[in-house]
Amino acid sequence: MNLTSLTITQTHQGLLKKKFSALELAKAYLRRIEKEDKKICSFLTVFKQSALSQAKITDDLILQNRKIPLLAGIPCAIKDNILVKGKRCTAGSKILENYTASYDATSIEFLKAQGAVILGKTNLDEFGHGSSCENSAFIKTRNPHDLSKVPGGSSGGSAAAVAADLCCCALGSDTGGSIRLPASFCGVVGLKPTYGAVSRYGLIAMASSLDQIGPLAKNAEDAKIVFQAISGKDPFDSTSVELDKKIHPVKCRFAAISRTAKLFNRVKIGIPKEYFVKGMNPKVEKIVRNAIKKYEEMGMKIEEISLPHTEYALAAYYLIMASEVSANLARYDGIRFGSSKTNSGINPFGKLRVDGERSRTIKNLLDVYLQTRGEGFGEEVRRRIMLGTYTLSAGYYEAYYLRAQKIRTLIKQDFDKAFQKIDVILTPASPVPAFGLGEKTTDPLAMYLSDIFMVAANLAGLPALSMPCGKIGKLPVGLQIIGKPFNEETILETGKILEN
Amino acid sequence: MISKQEVQHIAKLARLGLSQKEIKKFEKELSSILDYAKKIKKIDVSKVRATTHPFFLENVTREDRVKKQKPTLANKLVEATPEKKGRYVKVKSVL
Repeated sequence: MNLTSLTITQTHQGLLKKKFSALELAKAYLRRIEKEDKKICSFLTVFKQSALSQAKITDDLILQNRKIPLLAGIPCAIKDNILVKGKRCTAGSKILENYTASYDATSIEFLKAQGAVILGKTNLDEFGHGSSCENSAFIKTRNPHDLSKVPGGSSGGSAAAVAADLCCCALGSDTGGSIRLPASFCGVVGLKPTYGAVSRYGLIAMASSLDQIGPLAKNAEDAKIVFQAISGKDPFDSTSVELDKKIHPVKCRFAAISRTAKLFNRVKIGIPKEYFVKGMNPKVEKIVRNAIKKYEEMGMKIEEISLPHTEYALAAYYLIMASEVSANLARYDGIRFGSSKTNSGINPFGKLRVDGERSRTIKNLLDVYLQTRGEGFGEEVRRRIMLGTYTLSAGYYEAYYLRAQKIRTLIKQDFDKAFQKIDVILTPASPVPAFGLGEKTTDPLAMYLSDIFMVAANLAGLPALSMPCGKIGKLPVGLQIIGKPFNEETILETGKILEN
Repeated sequence: MISKQEVQHIAKLARLGLSQKEIKKFEKELSSILDYAKKIKKIDVSKVRATTHPFFLENVTREDRVKKQKPTLANKLVEATPEKKGRYVKVKSVL
C-alpha cells in the first residue's frame, strides 16, 4: 500500500484497522520528503524527531484501544508563517531567519490537541508577499506537475507538498489568494475560510483585515476535516467567531440539502460575467465552462450574475493590503526579535542610509532601524512597505487608502446583492495555469495581476474554495467556489460534486 | 510620478535603508503601481461608507485582570531579543 497517497479518512481507517502504524506512516512521509523534496523544495524545516515521537503517542493510544480523533497521527505540513512552539519560524524572511516561536498558534494547538503529526514548515513568499513562491528569501519551490513552473503563492510550499504526497494535508494562509492560487496551480483543494472563522492568533500578520488561515488538502472532505478542527472562537483573536447557527442561520441549509442529492436543484449557482474576460487563456475558460456544465447536468440552476465593481477589486486590494502591511511590519525593528546585525559597533562593509549614501557606523537608534530593515527585508517586502507608507502618509490617505476602503464597501454590496438570489458563485481560480519560474519576477504589476480573481473574496470576507477541475497538458486548472459568510459547508459540498 | 525626494521621504517614514539604485527603481515601480491604482478614482464614492473589516464587529472586552503565564514564557520572550543585558532589552540611547 502506498501510504503517502491516502486521504485523511483513508489514513484514519488504516490506523484504526491496524493496517499500518502511525510510526510507519510518519517514516514513509519523512522518507518521501528526503527523496523527493530535493527537487520540489517545498519544506524549509523538517521536524524528524518530534514527528516520530508524536506518531508513537498515537500508536500507544491505538494499542490501548482508546478512541482517537480523526487527525491523530495524520502527517501534516505547516506554512512557515504560523507559529509552532519551540520551532524556527521564518515567514520566508531573512529578518526572522533565526527566530524561534515562543508559543503555538491557536490553529496549531487545535491540530496538536487531536494528535496530528507536524512534519515541518513549508516555503512561502516572504511574509506572504507574492503569487509564485519566488519571493522566499531561502529557496524557490517548484510545481510538482512541471518543475519548470511555479507552484503559485504565497502558500506554494504547502500546496506543492500536498500535491507531491509529501504530507497528508497542510495549513496555509490567504490574504489575497495565497491558499487558493497555489491550490489551483498544484491541483489540490484549498479553502480560504470566512474572515473570523479561524483564529489568526500565532499567524505572522500580513494584512490583518484580510488574513485567514485555511487548509490545503487532497480532496474536499479532507479540507472540511481540517477546517472543522481549526475553526472556532478564540479569546486571543477578537475577530474570531463561534460558528453558531444562531448568528448564521443560513450555514446549515445546504448540509441538509446535500444529503439528498435529489434536492440539488434547489441550490442556485451564479456565474459572474465579469470573471470571464478577454485575455483569459481559452483552454482555462473551456475547462471551467465544462465544470459548470457538470453542475447544470445535475439539475442545479445556473444563472448569469453581475458583480459590477469587480474591475476595481485588485487596485483596492493592493492599496488596502500594502497599507496594512506597512503598519504590521513596523514591528521588525531589530530590537525585540529577529535579526539585528547592526545594533552594536561598526560594520566594516558600510550600511545603507535613507539617502542612499553609505555610512560606516551605527550612530543612533535610527541607524539601527534603517539598516536592520533595509537589509533584513527582501525586495518585494520593501516595495509593499514603501507603497503602504505612501498611501497612508499625509495628503494621500484620503485619495488612496480611504477611497479603497469605500470601494471595498461597494464590492461587498455586489456580493450581498448577488447572494439574495443565488447560493454559490463559480469563477475560474486564475486566468492562466501555472507560469514559468522567473517569468513575472521583473514586473511587479504583472505578478499582482495573478490575483485578479482571488482578492474580491478577501475584501468581502467570504469563504472561497479552489477545486481542481481539469488539466492543460500537465498543468492543473482550478475552479473557484465562493459562498455566503460562514457557508464553508455549502462550498465544500458543491466542490465534492466535481470529484465524482 | 513619484519624485526621488518623495521616495526618500517615504523611506524615512518607513525606516527603510535604501541604496541609490533602489531609490531609482522605486521611483519607477511605485509610479507604475499607483498609476494602475488610479482606476479607483473613476467611481463616485462620495456617499459610500468605508469598510475596515468585512463584518460588523463588536467591541470585545474582558475583565481587567492579569492572566497568569508561566515564568518561562517571559524568559523566552526576553531571550528572543537580539541584544540584552541581564533581563533588560538593550537599545541605543534615545536622547
